[in-house]
Amino acid sequence: MSDWEAVIGLEIHTQLATVSKIFSGAPTAYGAEPNAQASLIDLGYPGVLPVLNFEAVRMACKFGLAVKATIAPRSIFARKNYFYPDLPKGYQISQYELPIVSQGELIILDSEGREKRIGITRAHLEEDAGKSVHAGLAEYTGIDLNRAGTPLLEIVSDPDLRSAKEAVAYMRKVHTLVRYLEISDGNMQEGSFRCDANVSIRPRGQQALGTRTELKNLNSFRFVEKAINFEIERQSEVLEVGGTVIQETRLYDADLDETRVMRSKEEANDYRYFPDPDLLPVVIDEAFIREVGDGLPELPDAKRQRFVSQYQLKPADADTLTVSRGVADYFETVAADSAARLAANWIIGDLSAALNREGLDIGASRIPPGALAGLLQRIDDNTISGKMAKEVFEAMWSGEGSADDIIEARGLRQITDTAAIESVVEAVIRANPNQVAAYQGGKEKLLGYFVGQVMKETRGKANPAEVNRILKKQLHS
Amino acid sequence: MSVDAGALHVRTVTELARGIRDGEFSARELTEALLERIAANNERLNAFITITGEQALEAADAADRARARSDAPPLNGVPIVHKDLFCTRGVLTTCGSRILGNFVSPYDATVVERLQAAGAVMLGKTNMDEFAMGSSTENSAFGPVANPWDSKCSPGGSSGGTAAAVAARLVPAGTGTDTGGSIRQPAALTGTVGLKPTYGRVSRHGMVAFASSLDQAGVITRSAEDAAALLGAIAGFDERDSTSVDHPVPDYVAGLGRRLKDLKIGIVRQHFDEGLDPQCAARVRDALEVLRQQGAALIDVDLPNLALSVPTYYVVAPAECSSNMSRFDGVRFGHRAENPENLLDLYCRSRGEGFGAEVKRRIMTGTYVLSAGYYDAYYLKAQKVRQLIGQDFNNAFRDVDVIAGPTAPTPAFALGEKTDDPITMYLNDIYTIGANLAGLPGISVPCGFADALPVGLQLVGPHFAEERILNIAHQYQLLTDWHKTCPEGFE
Repeated sequence: MSDWEAVIGLEIHTQLATVSKIFSGAPTAYGAEPNAQASLIDLGYPGVLPVLNFEAVRMACKFGLAVKATIAPRSIFARKNYFYPDLPKGYQISQYELPIVSQGELIILDSEGREKRIGITRAHLEEDAGKSVHAGLAEYTGIDLNRAGTPLLEIVSDPDLRSAKEAVAYMRKVHTLVRYLEISDGNMQEGSFRCDANVSIRPRGQQALGTRTELKNLNSFRFVEKAINFEIERQSEVLEVGGTVIQETRLYDADLDETRVMRSKEEANDYRYFPDPDLLPVVIDEAFIREVGDGLPELPDAKRQRFVSQYQLKPADADTLTVSRGVADYFETVAADSAARLAANWIIGDLSAALNREGLDIGASRIPPGALAGLLQRIDDNTISGKMAKEVFEAMWSGEGSADDIIEARGLRQITDTAAIESVVEAVIRANPNQVAAYQGGKEKLLGYFVGQVMKETRGKANPAEVNRILKKQLHS
Repeated sequence: MSVDAGALHVRTVTELARGIRDGEFSARELTEALLERIAANNERLNAFITITGEQALEAADAADRARARSDAPPLNGVPIVHKDLFCTRGVLTTCGSRILGNFVSPYDATVVERLQAAGAVMLGKTNMDEFAMGSSTENSAFGPVANPWDSKCSPGGSSGGTAAAVAARLVPAGTGTDTGGSIRQPAALTGTVGLKPTYGRVSRHGMVAFASSLDQAGVITRSAEDAAALLGAIAGFDERDSTSVDHPVPDYVAGLGRRLKDLKIGIVRQHFDEGLDPQCAARVRDALEVLRQQGAALIDVDLPNLALSVPTYYVVAPAECSSNMSRFDGVRFGHRAENPENLLDLYCRSRGEGFGAEVKRRIMTGTYVLSAGYYDAYYLKAQKVRQLIGQDFNNAFRDVDVIAGPTAPTPAFALGEKTDDPITMYLNDIYTIGANLAGLPGISVPCGFADALPVGLQLVGPHFAEERILNIAHQYQLLTDWHKTCPEGFE
């Protein structure tokens, strides 16, 4: 069996978060009644003309600058011609020869945790098509054109990815970035972020590329990984028995976890691209690029590095906390008023668990960052123990008030007063002469018993470290 | 109020607007008179696809009410017609095609909207070559249009319905579209004035596209003065058309008073080479002599790439056409084949049944020139030649103010004469296509007759020089009566 190397490139379609469509004034909101959000332009009526929504251009520029790409001073919209019922005009307005963004890059971590540069060939603006609807229609296919004309940014990577894991890492990176830039909601269930993958394999060490197949319909990170792995396996099986891989488009079927042929190269459309005479070239000047650049937020990589240096976080924790601007901002708000490492642990641990349990975004957290900081301060100043803090956290989550209110109401204040603990310890020692004798005779495991007794007396409120220290001191005296 | 309704039909837009304003006759009287003329004559001309009598009378009544107010719009109560390529809300908009035979537009084109706002009253929608593809109005799903000067002849095309209606005095003015000569050539062949403005001067919104980079809306009238009045109403930037140009709109009528002294008129020698009918050549030379006597200088100019304009056009226009026609697929509007077996069958039969032969020919040509492997050799090369043709005009306009010559190589030709020979038909636009490829304004003005059929003089100006070519045409009409000659049987 040969040692195969996979060569993968991704085409990511990300829906831009404009209020209206790219060439019409119709709204882009998801989930309306079929065809309720399609204007005459989206319906491809005779005589209507596209008018560019410049907000889409601004968003494309944001992305371009964030991936250190070249922004074309002049880019052109082209018509991609093919017939399909959900494509009202019989052509899709896209960009072909002169895309708005080219020659960018993103850095991912490869399987060994090393940084790896992934080239971005281009990113171009285009309009989305509508949807064919089959459910509930026996003899007909329904057409819903609400999505027709929704702005998309198609982000095409160089074939720099070498495994399904790398492909997913890159896709996650793009996903994080577009949400940082607030140019897409990245909602994969609603199709706002979807992906096609070009996959080929070659014997490791060989320069020439193998024949590739294009995998369609990869609408989750998990499917991307599974589909690419399936395809690498399939291609290697074909090649190992002396067969040849056929250049074709394959559809990923998530239910069967397999890819199957959609159309071969021979059946591929000749799209007859040509510049769209209804639209003028998009001209972008230096001043506009500067303005967009000045408005860029801190990007994920920069933020992660800053978190490591400024808050002394572990790189893995910094990575988790910079997955979205919402999480990062939450962390920084908490860390402003409490210990950063503690804040990181609680956000990654208990808070994430609580949010996941209820399927909430961090922006909708039942505990606002200021309140969490209030809780962490009480841990930090030893008012409560970590164990008590979990109880307080749950109470806060249930809306019982601030950390201090709950500590007060439940009488959870930790006893840290040495004198108070000493008197309890003395009483426990006096009440258990036999156990004291056994302990002093070498049965040191009994220490736990004494701790338990002290905690019982103080109803769990004594500081455990302090109890241990005082017990040992008194038992040895 | 009593007027001689029989005399109204020969009046111009300018005269009719004044008559209504002055209370000489009402918009309703005028509209009724012209609707009667249309009813009496349309059968032999077939100039109309739809006659909107009821709506016209309502609009006329509204115009009569508006007259009482001081803010009545400039064309208040003036009857007009629209080429059936302009979308009109609630009215059939067929583009001369079976595929849109049942299409009622849900909105008005900008041109329609603006003329309505200017007070004009629409009498109907005129016949045309299917989707404006043709030079004879024979490619209409609704039958050919007859030329009022000789019913056996074509009125030219594709705006042949409007041209015939205006020439026959059924209406004083109408709209047309000009992609390769579709306003100017029928104007020449019917003895009317046809104005194609600069590309971008008039919005294309609501004008069903044939070849988007060449299509331009314009007007057909009987006088240059009327063309100026109508252009003023329809010109100007429209945010719904990205290719419309935000350039100030002058008062075109006010610009009609300038003398021709010191005007430099460019003459293109190739225009008078073989292919031009000798009688047409003589009439055009006569017209140029009239202008010269007014103090204009005639200067030879060279347009070296002009001979390439027809082949260039017949690559660019079909390419855009093939894409523009794709939306007519039987899915959302227009003709749909009955009982389709599957999607492909739905497409093939809806389009096969819906489109006529010329449209199919251009879709196929256009699809071919855009195909992988042919694109560079055809479409890209044609775009490069197009650039050269534009540069030729720019160079010429450094030396002259306007270029003058024949509009069409022959007077009206017989119906059926060229239908089997598309290349000969295409050559009918040899003098007009250059202005479309370069986006320049052009006008055709009646300049005499050849064997009792009208001949047109074409004036082409630099970008946005509509005012200049309208003025020259108007000055010429002050000295000649060709435009006042009425075809026999339509007096």
